[in-house]
Amino acid sequence: MTLTVKDLTISRGGIPVLEGLNFSLEPGHALILRGPNGVGKTTLLRTVAGLQPPVMGEVHAAPESFAYAAHSDGLKATLSVSENLHFWADVFGTKGIQHALDGFDLNALADRPAGALSAGQKRRLGLARLLVTGRPVWILDEPTVSLDVASVELFANAVRAHLAEGGAALIATHIDLGLDAEVLDVGPFRAKPKSGTGGFDGLDESFL
Amino acid sequence: MISLLLRDLRLAMRAGGGFGLGLSFFLIVTVLVPFGVGPGSALLAKIAPGILWLGALLACLLSLDRIFALDWEDGSLDLLATSPLPMEGVVTVKALAHWLTTGLPLCIASPVFALLLSLPPEGYQWLILSLVLGTPALSVIGTFGAALTVGLKRGGLLLSLLVLPLYVPTLIFGAEVARRGAEGLATTTPILMLAGISAGTIALLPFASALVLRVNLR
Repeated sequence: MTLTVKDLTISRGGIPVLEGLNFSLEPGHALILRGPNGVGKTTLLRTVAGLQPPVMGEVHAAPESFAYAAHSDGLKATLSVSENLHFWADVFGTKGIQHALDGFDLNALADRPAGALSAGQKRRLGLARLLVTGRPVWILDEPTVSLDVASVELFANAVRAHLAEGGAALIATHIDLGLDAEVLDVGPFRAKPKSGTGGFDGLDESFL
Repeated sequence: MISLLLRDLRLAMRAGGGFGLGLSFFLIVTVLVPFGVGPGSALLAKIAPGILWLGALLACLLSLDRIFALDWEDGSLDLLATSPLPMEGVVTVKALAHWLTTGLPLCIASPVFALLLSLPPEGYQWLILSLVLGTPALSVIGTFGAALTVGLKRGGLLLSLLVLPLYVPTLIFGAEVARRGAEGLATTTPILMLAGISAGTIALLPFASALVLRVNLR
């Protein structure tokens, strides 16, 4: 078992957004998270990745098994593509970035400063970082934003190869990646407003 | 850790990295002071240690908000937090990189600035020694302030308000070492106090910085 989530309640800005979440992820499997905007997918991924503590419940996983990729790619504009990748490879203690450049078709851009890339190219570089982390569980937040069809296919292939090697992936996305993966709709786990909070009961989250 | 340090140094050297910003600021302050108080070298020599230390302190302050803000904006701070590097190590390396790009150049260039302010030559070694001992504390305390204010829009002003009071002990003993050295008095006590403050902050503050950084990333 790579990842087990038990009875998880998470909050954003002190307000519970999802509660009673249970799921598990086996090696070689992917789990796709779906749900409307603002339901708490990002918060769930950040909680699983250990960036914020859960309100209740537990996340069980081997330590240091997550590679997290968020909305922003964590690129340094003045470093070149290969320098950016080399840095993350060094941080994660892995060697070689060639497979990552190949996997996301970045060879021609290797010497270009990351600041001079287009949005889709930046995204590809951000995803290529996953390949140099060497971590078994990928936690991906809307990984296909600003990717074209061909790049989405590159990404799906990278995920398939990762799963085939015994890795796992937890992906929040709205598009169909063509992966053979379970889908978890987090909508039904939306936290119920606590009774007894008086006037706050009927308020929309966007109002708060 | 080494790779993070090298990356930060490389970023500082590249365009818009801010390397030399502190040094130029220090230069401008020391050049402006004689215009403000008059060119009499007796007066300048008397106030030089204090002015030089104030200049160093403000020059350090100038680049503090860059320590974490840039990494926070582009998302690398989240990624670093999920990387194998311990957060305490990250903040220590960040403070070290800040010192290497701001504090160390100030220490090396300080005799030139001292000359501009007519500090007696026998005070140079004491000025350099006080800066070498004191500026690491400025960087470490500043990193703590930067960790506290990371994620705040335009947190730079708040950062200054938080950090400047914490700089007071370093300023007092640092300027005291330089003053006593220039006047040929015994400097052992302020040197020991200055070194003690630096050693204490370097030993303790990275833990506090890492803690507030984790809280701020939530």
